[in-house]
Amino acid sequence: MVTTDIAGRQETAAPPSDFAIELRGISKAFGPVQANKDIDIRVRRGTIHGIIGENGAGKSTLMSILYGFYKADAGEILIGGQPTVIPDSLAAIKAGIGMVFQHFKLVQNFTVLENIILGAEDGGLLRPSLAKARDVLRQLAEDYELEVDPDAVVDELSVGHQQRVEILKALYRHADILILDEPTGVLTPAEADHLFRILKGLRDQGKTIVLITHKLREIMEITDEVSVMRRGTMVATVTTAETSPEQLAELMVGRKVLLQVDKAPATPGAQVLEVENLRVVDKSKVERLRGISLGVRAGEILGIAGVSGNGQSELLEVLGGYCAATGRVRLNGQDIPLTGAGANGQARRDAGIAHVPEDRQVRGLIMDFAAWENVAFGYHHAPEYQRNGMMMNLGAMRADTAAKMERFDVRPQIPDLPARSFSGGNQQKIVVAREVERNPDLLLVGQPTRGVDIGAIEFIHKQLIALRDAGKAILLVSVELDEILSLSDRILVMFDGRIMGERLPGQTNAQELGMMMAGMGGE
Amino acid sequence: MERMPKWADVVLVPLFSVVLAFLISGVVIWAIGEDPFRAMEVMVKGALGSSYGWGHTLYYATNFVFTGLAVAIAFHAGFFNIGGEGQALLGGLGVALCCLFIPWPHWSMALAGAMVGGALFGAAWAAIPAWLRATRGSHEVITTIMFNFIAASLLIYLLVHQLRPQGSMDPASPRFPVETRLPRLSEMLDAVGIPFATRTPANITLFVAIAACFLVWFIIWRTRLGYEIRSLGKSEKAAVYAGISPVKVTMYAMLISGALAGLMAVNSTMGQTGRLINNAAEGAGFIGIAVALMGRSHPFGVALAALLFGFLYQGGGELSLETSIPRELIIVIQALVILFTGALDNLVRSPLEKGFALMKRRGAG
Repeated sequence: MVTTDIAGRQETAAPPSDFAIELRGISKAFGPVQANKDIDIRVRRGTIHGIIGENGAGKSTLMSILYGFYKADAGEILIGGQPTVIPDSLAAIKAGIGMVFQHFKLVQNFTVLENIILGAEDGGLLRPSLAKARDVLRQLAEDYELEVDPDAVVDELSVGHQQRVEILKALYRHADILILDEPTGVLTPAEADHLFRILKGLRDQGKTIVLITHKLREIMEITDEVSVMRRGTMVATVTTAETSPEQLAELMVGRKVLLQVDKAPATPGAQVLEVENLRVVDKSKVERLRGISLGVRAGEILGIAGVSGNGQSELLEVLGGYCAATGRVRLNGQDIPLTGAGANGQARRDAGIAHVPEDRQVRGLIMDFAAWENVAFGYHHAPEYQRNGMMMNLGAMRADTAAKMERFDVRPQIPDLPARSFSGGNQQKIVVAREVERNPDLLLVGQPTRGVDIGAIEFIHKQLIALRDAGKAILLVSVELDEILSLSDRILVMFDGRIMGERLPGQTNAQELGMMMAGMGGE
Repeated sequence: MERMPKWADVVLVPLFSVVLAFLISGVVIWAIGEDPFRAMEVMVKGALGSSYGWGHTLYYATNFVFTGLAVAIAFHAGFFNIGGEGQALLGGLGVALCCLFIPWPHWSMALAGAMVGGALFGAAWAAIPAWLRATRGSHEVITTIMFNFIAASLLIYLLVHQLRPQGSMDPASPRFPVETRLPRLSEMLDAVGIPFATRTPANITLFVAIAACFLVWFIIWRTRLGYEIRSLGKSEKAAVYAGISPVKVTMYAMLISGALAGLMAVNSTMGQTGRLINNAAEGAGFIGIAVALMGRSHPFGVALAALLFGFLYQGGGELSLETSIPRELIIVIQALVILFTGALDNLVRSPLEKGFALMKRRGAG
């Protein structure tokens, strides 16, 4: 009965090494891109080890090599002091490595139990496996605060619970080393705190945790040691207690960074946007917006805080013209249509609304299009891009793109390169350049810095502030509380399609907003 | 991350696919006890070795250019128009009605008129599935293929009950008036002093097809409509964000697609048979799918692929005359080409990509 021992009690040969993971000289190239260059890292057993770095620094590549998704071009992996070859994820699991991905790999219409045993069934019949998993699950829940209803269908679980299922999956497979890739991106602050308690509990039981993140606050809060990556190289490994967010940011970017946004107080002018009793019912008859009313003045940034999926996306879509709604929306005092032929992105742009969408890779850009084609995207009717009534002026589009790339410091400065060849930050700069330079009366911004490196975040924030100071209205939706707190002049918190209340950034804090985002407090 | 130079993607991948398809076909020919090298020789000689062969090869290629372009432009909009066959059949009806019932004084005017007729009827036949797709979400693969069957039945009904001259036993329309007869390629070349086999079907429509390639290229990459079509094809969500109406662009793309398929009938019905016969499209609508896949949906790639399939068609005909290899084997070769260029694209692509990565590393190191 070798297989009945559960995670945490697994008694395989524990070699005498202080290090759970040791990588030596790992290199990996994708074509001309050197994703990992001669990486050395040692992760102490029984610690929480952070790996921090900008987007494209090579964190995910490194972990994918460790989990057997990629094969390193050079280098050596030692697990528990033993040189280990990891050709695929099966070998990684065998070596005691569990991975919790940013995007969960769960079967949505299976129950928790079914998901847990998926791929780890004993024999052809499910019943014994399920029974065993149920016992193990109960034990794990007691040990680590990992309570999940084993019979719930995953689809119906909250994101935080789905993440627990992923962790349970790894533990069920006897993982001694747990790698989490940006685990808090989708969690409320409260859920994130719970996750950190779980991780600390796991560490105290002797598990080794590797936490990949770009959030400095999390690193400072929970890790014992932190390794910083920059452009494919390992820059430094430091003890968390002996470092500071400023030092880490500087290591990540390679220069001093302003973590706080520098801005003068707002001087709000006339009411630009007025929204009254906005309601949206989606295809499955669920009410996504339940009577939203808000206003944005010229020269101010209204921040909408909330965990993703609480109606913020729908709000942006309605205002952007591609989601039907009922209620009333006025722009500069003029009613704008919410349904029918007049409600489309083109009409909204003509009315003076520009829109940086939440997901640049799905909506904001066409990844296969060249940068110059993307710069005209949405504005392809603009007179300066036309040669005549039918033909587009490709030369003008290219020239305009080159100029925008120059002004927004987009790299590489090659208008003919397809969007997918740019880094996340540079992709976002293309979108922001396109929308901001239209000089709109109202700018809708969704997750402006998601997956964007620190340097580009700084730049994009400056652009938004500059547009505000030019007397434009900005509606900002972000799940990053830090971003909301530092950019907004006023903050609304959304929960379950409703507005929980309004706060001023100087008179609130992350804890209070976090409570409101979870549906508590408010008004 | 560029994995491969663009020219390799455009030239090498289709080329290797064809070579693979031919190699396997060779094995099949060898397996049925024939000599694959002799078969190749017969095909090349029969299709390309004489002006007679070229006259047929170019005729078939003209058909395939139209149906290939039809599929290609639908691909750009993100649709799989399998209905080229039915749209070409209806195009034939449009061409026939134009030729039969309008008294044209000269072939050039008849050509212009028949092009309008063929394109309109083809487009109309594509419009219904397009509308269903754009507004109701009915999948175009299902609807267009069903419309092929409806088109075939409709044509048979019209030929047997309406268009057939009294007393004729043949389900076909009367002959078109002599004024609508299009100049054959042989006549045109003869006029400038180049001898060309006279009894070949290639005709002036060949040049219409070449013009259509340029026109489609122009629409896709130079016009705002083309920009919107490509946007929709790449990402409907992004297109909606940009304010591009999926309904409108779907309709435009499918109407152009149907019109191109309908134009094929100018070549076959007007240029070759001179009357509307049963099953006038002869499967060219389906070959268009392979042509578009192989031509990577680029009009010039489509032209080259159409030429290859024209060669296969004509060479295959010769094969069945000269050897005991059945004509059906050509369908096997065609199917293999479709299989390799469409379904098994990665079979050829990934080794090539690896090869290029290796070469690059060697070059750099």
